[in-house]
Amino acid sequence: MTRLQAVAAPLPHDSAELHVTGRARYVDDLPEPQGCLHAAVGQSARAHARIVRMDLSRVAAAPGVVAVLTGADFPGLNQIGPVLLDEPALAQHSVDYHGQAVFAVAATSYELARRAVTLAEIDYEDLPAAIHLEDALAENLDLLLPYEMRRGDPDAAMARSAHFLEGSFRLGGQDHFYLEGQIALAAPGEDGGMDVHASTQHPTEVQHVVARCLGEIDAKVRVECRRMGGGFGGKETQANQIAAIAAVLARKTGRPVKFRLDRDVDMTLTGKRHDFRIDYRVGFDEDGRIEAITFGQAARGGCSADLTGAIADRAMFHADNAYFFPHVRIRSRRLKTHTVSNTAFRGFGGPQGMLGIEEVIDEIARHLGRDPLDVRRANLYGPAPRNLTPYHMEVEDFVLPEIMDELEQSSGYRERRAAIEAWNRTSPVLKRGIALTPVKFGISFTTSHLNQAGALIQLYTDGSVLLNHGGTEMGQGLYVKVQQIVAEELQIPTGLIRITAADTSKVPNTSPTAASSGTDMNGMAALAAARTLKERLTTFAAEKYGVPAHKVVFQDGAILLGEHRMSLRELAKEAWMARVQLSATGYYATPKIHYDRDQAHGRPFYYFAYGAACCEAVIDTLTGENRILRADLLHDVGRSLNPAIDRGQIEGGFVQGLGWLTTEELWWTKEGALASHAPSTYKIPCASDLPRDFRVAIWERGRNQERSVHRSKAVGEPPLMLAIAAFQAIKDAIAQAVPGRGSPRLDAPATPERVLFAVNELRGRTAALDLARAAE
Amino acid sequence: MQATETDPRPGNGTGEPGPIPVVLTINGTERRLEVEPWTTLLDLLRERLDLTGSKKGCDHGQCGACTVLVDDRRVNACLTLAVMLDGASVTTVEGLAQDGQLHPVQDAFVEHDAFQCGYCTPGQICSAVGLLKEGRARSDDEIRELMSGNLCRCGAYVNIVAAVRQVMDGTGAGR
Ligand code: FES
Ligand code: FES
Repeated sequence: MTRLQAVAAPLPHDSAELHVTGRARYVDDLPEPQGCLHAAVGQSARAHARIVRMDLSRVAAAPGVVAVLTGADFPGLNQIGPVLLDEPALAQHSVDYHGQAVFAVAATSYELARRAVTLAEIDYEDLPAAIHLEDALAENLDLLLPYEMRRGDPDAAMARSAHFLEGSFRLGGQDHFYLEGQIALAAPGEDGGMDVHASTQHPTEVQHVVARCLGEIDAKVRVECRRMGGGFGGKETQANQIAAIAAVLARKTGRPVKFRLDRDVDMTLTGKRHDFRIDYRVGFDEDGRIEAITFGQAARGGCSADLTGAIADRAMFHADNAYFFPHVRIRSRRLKTHTVSNTAFRGFGGPQGMLGIEEVIDEIARHLGRDPLDVRRANLYGPAPRNLTPYHMEVEDFVLPEIMDELEQSSGYRERRAAIEAWNRTSPVLKRGIALTPVKFGISFTTSHLNQAGALIQLYTDGSVLLNHGGTEMGQGLYVKVQQIVAEELQIPTGLIRITAADTSKVPNTSPTAASSGTDMNGMAALAAARTLKERLTTFAAEKYGVPAHKVVFQDGAILLGEHRMSLRELAKEAWMARVQLSATGYYATPKIHYDRDQAHGRPFYYFAYGAACCEAVIDTLTGENRILRADLLHDVGRSLNPAIDRGQIEGGFVQGLGWLTTEELWWTKEGALASHAPSTYKIPCASDLPRDFRVAIWERGRNQERSVHRSKAVGEPPLMLAIAAFQAIKDAIAQAVPGRGSPRLDAPATPERVLFAVNELRGRTAALDLARAAE
Repeated sequence: MQATETDPRPGNGTGEPGPIPVVLTINGTERRLEVEPWTTLLDLLRERLDLTGSKKGCDHGQCGACTVLVDDRRVNACLTLAVMLDGASVTTVEGLAQDGQLHPVQDAFVEHDAFQCGYCTPGQICSAVGLLKEGRARSDDEIRELMSGNLCRCGAYVNIVAAVRQVMDGTGAGR
């Protein structure tokens, strides 16, 4: 008999059959409880204003309206902020962004609720508003204290460098556009209880915020989430407000309330990825090797703190990407604007920080007239002393040189670069470019206390198992991976393990499913629970059958006891008869990590995930239109728990990153209204935007050096940053379109408009140079 | 359910015209319904007929999550008024499997992991079934182009295209 192998098998998603038959239930698909009401919010028409008068009498009198709610009506605190209490669920006295929720209604239908909110009469007195990052910088509007990381003496070292460059560029935000919009269904229970179904990555925080808003103890609120139709960070804190409004309305009316955001409301009401401005100064040698560098990162936080502090920190933690800086200083400012509060988005600031250094490296290469790949390689981390990050953590598991070697070969980078240059000489309008960039991404929450997880496993007397843990499923395949881990440990088929919804009443005090850590932590917690259960059963069986404990072996659906063998069902029944407890909890806290924020010194990450991408782009120099012709991705997932799921994460992450850096452009009017608030004006990638030739591989030699669950590595966020290669390839194509005139000025996203401007600006430089020559 | 159903929701109080009778064949079953003139097919399916497989991603005809088949043509149910469909036959994701057997496109989606969160999946599948019936797509590029109205934010496109391709080849519609 062989061991049952569940881990590392490419099992389909646990809900695969439910998804393809339309039977997978999301919150909006749950049968509505009797008497269920529907909520809608009235939104601010100003970016920053005092509310002078608010008359909701016509709203209250509208057909179907059962209750009208303002911030003053909250039984508890009207506060939804996850870290600071600086964000009301419903604005009171003043508004801080265009689209902010000012009041809410519950009505007998969704349609009637939406009609009713249009009837409010609100008078505003405008206050000065900072809409864009530049406005906030000009006014010195800091949302949070600046922060600095530093090693060595960058100013002195830079003064000694043979070469020096400085510059500044902008990169845009991103709307999550999870296909399932924000939604919550709250049902009042007896004695102050509140049951909430929410589409959330963080049920525990929704529980806390709902309790806070209701003025109840946490224990009276239960939050459940079986699955989300996408999260991407957008449901880490942004689900709080939705659930809070539904719950307070439910309390007020005594009836269940469903609050589902329409797409336009979702896009105007909820936070997005932070846009950044990055300034740099860098000194380097003939080979492009960086000797000293300083970064100024400015993040647009929006109107409240939300998670901006931790996000801006992570941008700093990734300002090095894969490169060693002998002397470095990174300064970060977190700016306040009168726009929606920016929030978590896959990568959590990492992509912004990483794009910063990749830009700098590209600039260095173009300045020296070298292949950017050679400059990248020259700057990679290496053996001590070239292994120290700007936050004084040693990089111990640096496998990028191997990954980059492999990808350089398999993608044919060098030959293709030569071929592209030749092709460009014969193509007057279309121009191509190529780039190969690495990713090093730190795994763990940088807020150290979040690195903990719990799980609950219950064995029933028929041998079936119920599995619960603190992680939430948003499509990333967490549930099937944890199921595989438990199946392998207990040596039973996955079919016997029932996966259940994340539920604050089963596993409490959970961390958000975020920071790519879902499987690392919940998988370990579930493994611990399974082991506890197994130990109990082993002790019992050893005693009962008189065999030594090490002779009790769980194998392929059976338990071997020396000569004897029995099924888990039989053993469970016997153990129960003998009064052995058949449920177990498991707990995991990530080891090794620590970080002293005051000193900007420590080991915030348990390990790093690595990958590299090679992209080839083509641009039309007359229209700026661009596309990625070919992408080769090679990504390290350690030992894959499920290669099918991991591959999906790599492809999907890349595609989402591609959207961020090419087509997805958020646009605010000068009045502060979000103009791009629907798919008609906000373009996420569709099937035809994919690279024609898309080659994705999991790095076969991957293995986590740390003792992670089955030596796997986190995979949720890191692949998003592989798309930086696409951006750099477009930039390369622009540079090749107008050769010899320096480096293009290209902010992200590289929309056709920006590409065209960049081409024209380079041509302008040509003209200026020619004029200067003519004058000589 | 009875043969005739009226909208159980209270009047909208705006003095607009009342419900209109229509006959629809939904997943093979004829339904006599009374619907408000502004009720979309998507709302009718999801809110009154408990067919929640079709999803509402944008409600503006821009994401494809609500794609269903009307007389074998793929349409965005959120943009289609139910009253316009009198006499039509509607197939949703719930109606594709026959006698407990998944439709080949459904099978292919499972086999190829052609989803992550699954929210776009019912729309993708209906769209793919419609596409195959149209017989227009020959290459992967054409599949991508002709499926570009169905957004997948999880970016499962590679596998979606592979799943469609497999069925296309299997049915002899391939190149
Ligand atoms: S919901 Fe119909 S197209 Fe988006
Ligand atoms: S699977 Fe999530 S949107 Fe397609």
